[in-house]
Amino acid sequence: MTSVILTTTARLLHPVLLITSIFLLLRGHNEPGGGFSGGLVAASAFALHAMAHDARQARRALRIDPHVLIGVGLLTALSAGVMSLAAGAPLLTGLWTSVHMPGLGEWAIGTPLLFDVGVYLVVVGITLLIILCLSEAE
Amino acid sequence: MATWLLSTFVLAALAPWLHRLLRAATPWVLATYAAAMAVHLATWAPQVADGATPRVAWTWAAALGIEFSLRLDGWGLLMAIVISGVGATILLYGGGYLAGDRRLGSFYMFLLLFMGSMLGVALADNLLLMFVFWELTSLSSYLLIGFDHERPAARAAALQALLVTGLGGLALLAAVVLMGVAGGSYEFSSLLSRGDAIRGHASYPAIIVLVLLGAFTKSAQFPFHFWLPNAMQAPTPVSAYLHSATMVKAGVFLLARLTPILGGTAAWQVPLMLAGGATMLLGAVMALGSDTLKRILAYSTVSVLGTLTMLIGVGTPAALHAAVVMLLAHALYKGALFMIAGAVSHATHEYEPERLGGLARIMPWTATSAGLAALSMCGLPPAFGFIAKEAFYESTLGASGWSTWLTSAAVLGNVLLFAVALRVGVMPFTARATQATTDAHEVSLTLWLGPALLAAIGILIGLSPAVCDARLVVPAGAAIGAGETPPRLALWHGVGPALYLSGLTVAVGCAAFAMRRAARLAGIALRKPAAWGPESWYHGCVAGMNAVATWQTRVLQNGYLRVYLWTTLVTAVGLVGYALLRGADLTDLPLSWDLHAGETVVCALILLATAAAVRARARLAAIALLGAVGYGVALIFVFFGAPDLAMTQFLIETLLVILFVLVFYHLPPFVIYSELAARTRDAIVATAFGGMMALLVMAIGGGHDGPRVSDYFAERSLGDAHGRNVVNVILVDFRAIDTLGEITVLAAAAAGVYALLRLRGGRARLPRIAVEPRTTIGSAKRERAETAGT
Repeated sequence: MTSVILTTTARLLHPVLLITSIFLLLRGHNEPGGGFSGGLVAASAFALHAMAHDARQARRALRIDPHVLIGVGLLTALSAGVMSLAAGAPLLTGLWTSVHMPGLGEWAIGTPLLFDVGVYLVVVGITLLIILCLSEAE
Repeated sequence: MATWLLSTFVLAALAPWLHRLLRAATPWVLATYAAAMAVHLATWAPQVADGATPRVAWTWAAALGIEFSLRLDGWGLLMAIVISGVGATILLYGGGYLAGDRRLGSFYMFLLLFMGSMLGVALADNLLLMFVFWELTSLSSYLLIGFDHERPAARAAALQALLVTGLGGLALLAAVVLMGVAGGSYEFSSLLSRGDAIRGHASYPAIIVLVLLGAFTKSAQFPFHFWLPNAMQAPTPVSAYLHSATMVKAGVFLLARLTPILGGTAAWQVPLMLAGGATMLLGAVMALGSDTLKRILAYSTVSVLGTLTMLIGVGTPAALHAAVVMLLAHALYKGALFMIAGAVSHATHEYEPERLGGLARIMPWTATSAGLAALSMCGLPPAFGFIAKEAFYESTLGASGWSTWLTSAAVLGNVLLFAVALRVGVMPFTARATQATTDAHEVSLTLWLGPALLAAIGILIGLSPAVCDARLVVPAGAAIGAGETPPRLALWHGVGPALYLSGLTVAVGCAAFAMRRAARLAGIALRKPAAWGPESWYHGCVAGMNAVATWQTRVLQNGYLRVYLWTTLVTAVGLVGYALLRGADLTDLPLSWDLHAGETVVCALILLATAAAVRARARLAAIALLGAVGYGVALIFVFFGAPDLAMTQFLIETLLVILFVLVFYHLPPFVIYSELAARTRDAIVATAFGGMMALLVMAIGGGHDGPRVSDYFAERSLGDAHGRNVVNVILVDFRAIDTLGEITVLAAAAAGVYALLRLRGGRARLPRIAVEPRTTIGSAKRERAETAGT
């Protein structure tokens, strides 16, 4: 059952939701947001896609297998922690550096952001693993 | 030495690729590596003999004062040379033995993993580090015994070895901790001078029991000996390396290493002498009564391990010195004999010595090495085994107590081993040719070179023991408490009691060999009582453990979600409620009713939605109402300034709706099966849990003085972690390791969900959820009524 209204809305909403999720992820350190909620939003974008079309279409849109997302996410989060080990600090100590971005001023960038990206990927992967699997079972 | 240790582990990781790259040249390359290690270690010998103990250490867990420390003393050096030297021959032999096997790459990996772990045991100065390596040897032994994992027998033997040595490992860990507490250090080198403090400590008896448990299981001492013969399910190179030359020596190695720290008391010596002596005799008798080459050799290994334990128990300088000599001699001849047994079986496809014969002409190289190794095992001159046996006799004759008993046991054990040596090392080559041996052939160079080298070294050391005496054996003895004994190894000791005993051993041994048929029958007769022996205890324990696990799973994991929920909630209410009643002041709860309009409306909505959800008669309505409750809670989060929580809650509620929509069609019809009594019970539990949570929140919120962790986080968040959103900073920085754990658990849970959804029936199909109205109160009654009605 493909509804024209749903597919149209989904097509319009899909990029918006994805951009929102990235936005939430990036601003999470200073404003409400973060990897967890960002990941949930991104997952809902693909869940919407799956409902508007079907799970196979959603998988194609996702391009990456959710399993891979989970694994890469865990490794990313872990590597953010290991970086501080390499720097001689205890595991998962935040390392920070300042980057000057034209037009935006000084920006602090650190391993916690990388860690949050890992959380984001894991959340997207897990949510979609379950949702896509369930919707394929129909 | 750290370089060799680490590079062995690296090489283990690379071994499969190396094998793919080099193919048939791999064993030669790996053997050269191990041989280079042995030679390089040997160049340290003069330095160590002069009393130097090079030590390297890195910080490991600084807060606990634990270092990653390695130390090379005489005893560790001897063991490390044996590990790498015998390892070189085994790597070569293993490449030939398993040539063409597609798993050869992983075989090299496991073998090198073991070599690295065993080197770690020999070289570690830190007790905990030693323990880690010790467990790694058990693990690699498990992988290697179960190498032919298609065979159930190999799997069972691997598991048995892992469980028995793992049990000992746990005991050893406790012993290590107790020793560390009693001695104030986890370094062997520091503990050496604190032996008196440990021996006088209240936990000294416990330490002894635990150490003995660890060492006896590892070194297959009675009553834990049974796993070793079963471990012969492993490929022969593994049996030769792990289960005769090195790993099973780890227990003995540790006992000797701890002798200067724990030894010198009756509590230490008596159990060692008794268990060692019993193991020595039992192993020798069982060896005579066994049928296959490898089992015979395995039991004779058990016997020698018993001898070593006994010698450490005797504890005199001469006995410790003899143990060192015996360990070295045994590694040389038994490693060789195992490899020869494998080569013979490889060539003839026959495993029982009685069915072999006449191989001397067909397999000249193998036969020569077998003869030399058997010479050493028999303890005949000019082999190194003769010197070892003489040292053994001299030390039992010179023991301060029980000398007669020890010497008699020693002679008896050696007589039996003499017969065993003739049976496995000589008879297959010299007896009349049999059907199995007529179309045999000499094995390839890789299969005979290793044992030939080991056997030849055994003879060379025998001919000129001085090459290793002062540089290797004496420092090794000194490191385990034998003191500075003068070099004394010599082939000719002059006529004395030891020589008479040797002659007696040879004479009676020959007689025993002549009567081997009778001896075998006696050995077979012994199997009947052995059926009630320690191995049956093991099976009993495993069966009992399984029964308890089954029972416990049936009770705790009965498959009914409502029972899980019920158990969890009731337990939580009970425990938290108890803590609240005991510890919290419940008279001064911060109750206030000044809600503003928005809060009042949301609270009313939540309550209404809850009441309606409980009474809902359709699933969709119940889901929608639960969603309303969730959104209401999220609104409360918004009111109280927790936008992060609110946002997450909104998202979760939304995704939950999606999930419900997806599974909606698969769910069974929504029927209320439970009766009023069951629903009342559930209502009570739910109310109790809700009330408990409310009380808990109020008790935590009120009456709390002193600094709060949230203030600390709020204060440090921007300065230390460059973030204004404290919640997120806690998640990804302050408490990042918690988050890491959580996402790992989430991933594991997702894998479980995926497996449940996907793998059932082998294809994408959602399992039908069965209707199970059984456990609710009254359902049984109704069921009975229904059956009666139909």
